[in-house]
Amino acid sequence: MTDLPHSPEQPVPARTSRLATFWRSDLVWSYRHSPVTIVASIVALALILMAVLAPWIAPYNPFNPATLNLMDGMTPPNSASYSDRYFLLGTDNQGRDVLSTIMYGSRVSLFVGIMATLFAMVMGVGLGLVAGYAGGLADAVIMRVADVQLSFPAILIALLIFGVARGIIPPNHQEGAAVWVLILAIGLANWAQFARTVRGATMVERQKDYVAAARILGVNPILILLRHVLPNVLGPVLVIGTIGLALAIIEEATLSYLGVGVPPTQPSLGTLIRIGQQFLFSGEWWILLFPAVTLVLLALSVNLLGDWLRDALNPKLR
Amino acid sequence: MTEPVLSVKNLVVEFPFRDDVFRAVDDVSFEIMPGEVVGVVGESGAGKSMTGAAVIGLIERPGHIAGGEIRLKGERIDNLPEDARAKLRGKRIGMVFQDPLTSLNPLYTVGRQLVETIRAHLPLSEAEARRKAIDLLVEAGIPKAAERIDSYPHQFSGGMRQRVVIALAIAAEPELIIADEPTSALDVSVQAQIIKVLKKLCASHGAAIMLITHDMGVIAQTADRMIVMHHGKIVETGTVGDIIRRPREPYTIKLIDSIPTISRTGETIAPEAANDDRAFVEIRDLVRDFELGRSAFTRLLPGKVEIFRAVNEVSFSIAKGKTFGLVGESGSGKSTCAKMIVGLLRPTSGSIHVDGHDVWAGAHGLRERRRRVQMIFQDPYASLNPRWRVADIVAEPMKTLGIARNRTEVQDRVADLLTKVRLEPGAMKKFPHEFSGGQRQRIAIARALSSQPEFIVCDEPTSALDVSVQAQVLDLMSALQEEFGLTYLLISHNLAVVRQMSSAVGVLHNGVLVESGPVDAIFDNPQADYTKMLLDAVPDISKVA
Repeated sequence: MTDLPHSPEQPVPARTSRLATFWRSDLVWSYRHSPVTIVASIVALALILMAVLAPWIAPYNPFNPATLNLMDGMTPPNSASYSDRYFLLGTDNQGRDVLSTIMYGSRVSLFVGIMATLFAMVMGVGLGLVAGYAGGLADAVIMRVADVQLSFPAILIALLIFGVARGIIPPNHQEGAAVWVLILAIGLANWAQFARTVRGATMVERQKDYVAAARILGVNPILILLRHVLPNVLGPVLVIGTIGLALAIIEEATLSYLGVGVPPTQPSLGTLIRIGQQFLFSGEWWILLFPAVTLVLLALSVNLLGDWLRDALNPKLR
Repeated sequence: MTEPVLSVKNLVVEFPFRDDVFRAVDDVSFEIMPGEVVGVVGESGAGKSMTGAAVIGLIERPGHIAGGEIRLKGERIDNLPEDARAKLRGKRIGMVFQDPLTSLNPLYTVGRQLVETIRAHLPLSEAEARRKAIDLLVEAGIPKAAERIDSYPHQFSGGMRQRVVIALAIAAEPELIIADEPTSALDVSVQAQIIKVLKKLCASHGAAIMLITHDMGVIAQTADRMIVMHHGKIVETGTVGDIIRRPREPYTIKLIDSIPTISRTGETIAPEAANDDRAFVEIRDLVRDFELGRSAFTRLLPGKVEIFRAVNEVSFSIAKGKTFGLVGESGSGKSTCAKMIVGLLRPTSGSIHVDGHDVWAGAHGLRERRRRVQMIFQDPYASLNPRWRVADIVAEPMKTLGIARNRTEVQDRVADLLTKVRLEPGAMKKFPHEFSGGQRQRIAIARALSSQPEFIVCDEPTSALDVSVQAQVLDLMSALQEEFGLTYLLISHNLAVVRQMSSAVGVLHNGVLVESGPVDAIFDNPQADYTKMLLDAVPDISKVA
């Protein structure tokens, strides 16, 4: 802005390839300079790959009764079983390979976590945008509902929704619907965080003149929200989404541990922990320990990524 | 020969970045004599504030002094340890910052802050310090100082607060006061008083002033000598009269030439009032009320509503192809007027007609308004969506109004508009943050032109820009007005800009239009007291002694 009169201002000339620009961006720079984040992203990526590829890379299919041998039950880790098969992390009471059940279990946990977070995100962002932009009565109603929601523990809300769903859905459909009910329950318990953040950011953005410029033109309010405001409030949403994903995975595990989550025929990490804890005092520690460690690693790595994202996107902390 | 209070020699301030070093202050040397007022002037990024920060020792990390020396009364201070430098601040070097709101602690009374400062630096008892504090406030021109000393900062107006800050800066009898844009956040009428107070107080206490500002007018009225800075370097130094009347360096000449002046110098636009039969824009008895302090839920309850009338029966008209300047200080209701005209805010009563159409009358008025009226905003950083490419920003109005639908047609028109505002058509593919403030304001102008409007409301279009950029943008606006026959409503607090651009002018004060008429009549022969006061208060380089 130090240009002189009559010297035509030239736009910044330096243009490099998009990849190079990305590589030199602040986000990548802060990533490359944070060893914790690099480790966390590698761990998270490995766990996600393991879950996604489970049907192809798991040593056994723990849900195919034909391959199960009850006599292989309770084999300790890294030792030969009755039928002379090798189980790296041992087997549970029914002779299922613990490593394979963890791989399949992470799959369920991740699926529920991601879907529930997406659900909460869409609902929270949508309501937050409306509340922040419309203001007035809509804002007051939406935000009071969110306040009430936030004053309940999330688990309690999830339990409540789960219980209601049990009552509505006919018994023969319950098994198949369980995963979706779980997603709905966890999603409904978590939308308020998104709504609050987005509402605040929207209230800031709608005061800005670029929104006024669109309003003067008579652009449809929904288009203003989607095309002008939404892209400018997505930064914090990404951060809460990542941290919310870790939270949703833990909530799913808690619900499954309490026995109201996914059925044992398609166990998640929480269900595995629930099964494993029965054998903790009889010495078969591996059935509990390995799923629990996987859960901790998954939640921790995702959480660390969220922390990094928050700091990297917030220039004030740098 | 007396010793200078402040002597800066070959000062270099550097900011190391990831793969670059930015030199904010580059080899700057100057001296300030006791009791002297030295103005440091320059555009944003010139390094003037950074020079001040270096003298006080408040450069924000990772910036640091990379070379040179700073001497206070001959004693070197730039290499002192941090705690020794902290002792200098307030005691020997006082500070006045731009924003009086943030430079006072909102949790303490004014008196407590003054007494603390005085006692920290002078050996006085509590009661003596308090008496001195009251004296200082009286000197700074605060009425009923003995009562007001126990008020909190928020109970003072902006101008009063800045007086308190000045009293605070002078409290410990420092030898030097550094005032960084002390009046930039204030209205003109208040600004004039504050400059007087600053000058009077420093003269009576024998303090020298380093006055940092972008406003040459303020320096012309205040300073003895001035330093012109550009890109971190000193361009020119000399007495104020010499530099303003006989600038030597090309940069200084350009800077001074680009300052619009309030007194008519060039040829006058011939008054053509006789040949238009009909006003193009007609505003009649416009009123806007605001309800105070009611939230959504309490609004449902019955009860008394407190009403604040922001705009009170404002009427004026603008002839086609002309510019009407609307002048007023903050809170005068000028932006509220703009919002009602462009359709952002519904008037409580009154009417706005553009080309014979009532813009607030139903769907028809709405359609006519959107086709004919556009707006240019003050802050070019907030008025362009940071996530959109320039091509999309400029194309939005024409797409929304259905002027051009076909993709290649839109692209051609956008390229054409960008050329019209003197930008490369290649700018289309970039994002707003890749441009400077002046360039962004041109993009905003291109967007306003995109819907082919006939009437453009310009709300402080240049007040966020440097003077030289301001001159370019104003030139561009005049050229476009001629080319497209545009009608402008120019809203500004800057009287000189209004005088240069407008053919007629209206003066708003507390929501009331106190005076309106042809620009020369109002400026040369103001009738209302408020207009007279406003015109007297403007610091102007032509007023230099």
